[in-house]
Amino acid sequence: MSDLPKSEEILKDVEHAPPKKGWMNIPVDIRKGMYCYAANPKSLNALGFPNVHEWNPKDEDWNLPENWQEILHKGFKERLDRFRSVKVFMDICVRCGACADKCHYFIGTGDPKNMPVLRAELLRSVYRNDFTLAGKLLGKIAGARKMDEDVLKEWWYYLFQCSECRRCSVFCPYGIDTAEITIFGRELLNLLGLNIDWIATPVANCYRTGNHLGIQPHAFKDMLDFFVEDIEDITGINVEPQFNKKGADILFITPSGDVFADPGTYTCMGYMMLFKYLKDKYGLDVTWSTYASEGGNFGFFTSHETMKRLNSKMYAEAKRLGVKWILGGECGHMWRVINQYMDTMNGPADFLEEPVNPITGTRFENAKSTKMVHISEFTADLIKHGKLDLDPSRNDDLKVTFHDSCNPARGMGMFDEPRYVIRSVCNQFYDMPRNTIRENTFCCGSGSGLNAGEDMELRMTGGLPRANAVKFVHEKHGVNMLACVCAIDRAAFPDLMSYWVPEVDVTGLTELVANALILPGEKQRETNLRGEPLPGMEE
Amino acid sequence: MSLEKLLEKRKSEILKKWYNQVVDTYPPETALFLREQKDAFSNPVGKATRDSLHALLGELLKPEMDSEAVRSHLDPVVRIRAVQAMFTPSQAAGFVYFLKDIIREVLGRDLDNADRLNRLLAFERRIDDMSMSAFNIYMKCREAVFQMKANQEKNKIYKAFLRAGLVEEIPRDETGNHKDA
Repeated sequence: MSDLPKSEEILKDVEHAPPKKGWMNIPVDIRKGMYCYAANPKSLNALGFPNVHEWNPKDEDWNLPENWQEILHKGFKERLDRFRSVKVFMDICVRCGACADKCHYFIGTGDPKNMPVLRAELLRSVYRNDFTLAGKLLGKIAGARKMDEDVLKEWWYYLFQCSECRRCSVFCPYGIDTAEITIFGRELLNLLGLNIDWIATPVANCYRTGNHLGIQPHAFKDMLDFFVEDIEDITGINVEPQFNKKGADILFITPSGDVFADPGTYTCMGYMMLFKYLKDKYGLDVTWSTYASEGGNFGFFTSHETMKRLNSKMYAEAKRLGVKWILGGECGHMWRVINQYMDTMNGPADFLEEPVNPITGTRFENAKSTKMVHISEFTADLIKHGKLDLDPSRNDDLKVTFHDSCNPARGMGMFDEPRYVIRSVCNQFYDMPRNTIRENTFCCGSGSGLNAGEDMELRMTGGLPRANAVKFVHEKHGVNMLACVCAIDRAAFPDLMSYWVPEVDVTGLTELVANALILPGEKQRETNLRGEPLPGMEE
Repeated sequence: MSLEKLLEKRKSEILKKWYNQVVDTYPPETALFLREQKDAFSNPVGKATRDSLHALLGELLKPEMDSEAVRSHLDPVVRIRAVQAMFTPSQAAGFVYFLKDIIREVLGRDLDNADRLNRLLAFERRIDDMSMSAFNIYMKCREAVFQMKANQEKNKIYKAFLRAGLVEEIPRDETGNHKDA
């Protein structure tokens, strides 16, 4: 009997209360399910990034270059000089805590280092140590600490637990944009070859082949041709998409996720049907490009230069084809880059015309300089002017709610157009609670390149506040469809819903439009774009 | 007074202690937030925890515990803790056991006779059952997460084959049935 372990020995790992220490004294614990795999060196090399090497986040040794601290310090200094915003954000935070509980990752994971103020403090503490007199003299008392490998690991772990959604910045009384701090921090990590593969490989593919998955032009066309067949089966109409057509009125660019990932594919079919309708009715000439075949810009999650490179391809293609302006599909980051950065990076796009809807005469003043119009603005304008024949009853089996995708919502202020479109093509629409929509919208939990499989726990916890609001409208109004205007949302939400609210499905906006849209000469439709019977057509 | 009546009388005190102890499984900064933020949409974890514990204690004190109701009240809180990677499995699912110590502490001297102690043993059996139920839900949630991870990998490979033109699907006939079926 005396050999048996005592119960307290067996249970020594079963401690139910966490240690009560200050955050600087709690070392980072890199947990499975919360991080994405390290970047494939091949992809980083393809982009010409520095200090590319093999490493594993779970290993003690990250194989860093010998002078990594010097590289980081220099990189920090250069960027403080270059980006005034970052310098200001380093200095002005008074730690009031207004942002602390606004982050979906904090709310969902319960990890205090995901409070935006604390995530930023990870960088600020090093900033104080390296660049301020008080920090140099007083050290920890002034909230300063030296950069060492543990601190670096902490940076990496938490900077990739921020989706750059900017919800916290809405609440900051000083207007600090914590997303910019994450962008800056990730850029520094990139100097040491510490990116994640879910970002690096899509970026390399996009740079080389034109889209995240590296789909070549002929395969891209093949995918759309499949949709042509499906649409013809359902509507009897051949929608005849045009590719790389020089002199077309409009170049259409959407995230490649719409071309290859369900349920985005139905949204893609929706675009094709809308363009066919507009061509037959009003002679609008829209072309797709097999070269600028990606709207998403994951370069945004690596460095400013990479973001610029990827963004420039869309404009180069618009110039090559000689179109008047660009119409953009339902994408998230693409719109943030267009609205916030494009103009000073690659703009103004003077070789294009100021976008005017040739069917309604509406001038899109907001796109005056970028020359790129969002499909929801475009569709809302067409509906407002009575230019679309719609039968909303075809969506009568749906009770719809709308998720404001962070970037189109907070990044470009588009709140009402998508709601107007939904109300025009569906008879049953219910908004989620006020503090979870519009500028207060909660992120899907998978943005900014975190939509991998290996970080599923991060995604489920980060998406909890959004799913919780969906659950509310599901229980109160019977909502069964979550609409959104972002390809990452469409890829991330099916998993999120299956875990938290399995009764709710996911759709893009243009899928709903296309289901209601009456194409000239179409046969009587029996199913929606998913091949499910339309209301009243069930056997 | 019977044990059940005693527990019923001290119900709100027990619930408060239980809630506090569960909330204290989170780091102090988080625990503060979970306690103070009352808005259901700003604080879904706090709200689900509070509602679940309240309903579970109510269920424990009923003459007959309804195992289906127990499962439905456990689900929201266990579902959350199952994906909060800071917890070990025992930390995620073991919070029901907290009640044993809490009840002994709250009742203290009232547990001075054999009848009440016997009743307590029977009552604790219910707590054990509830804990087992929590463990079942925890495992179901973990399996769901693993399944999603596995599905994602499977889809990735299938889509890669599809794009490479390596997949020849069985054609459908006009009735929508597979021709070979």
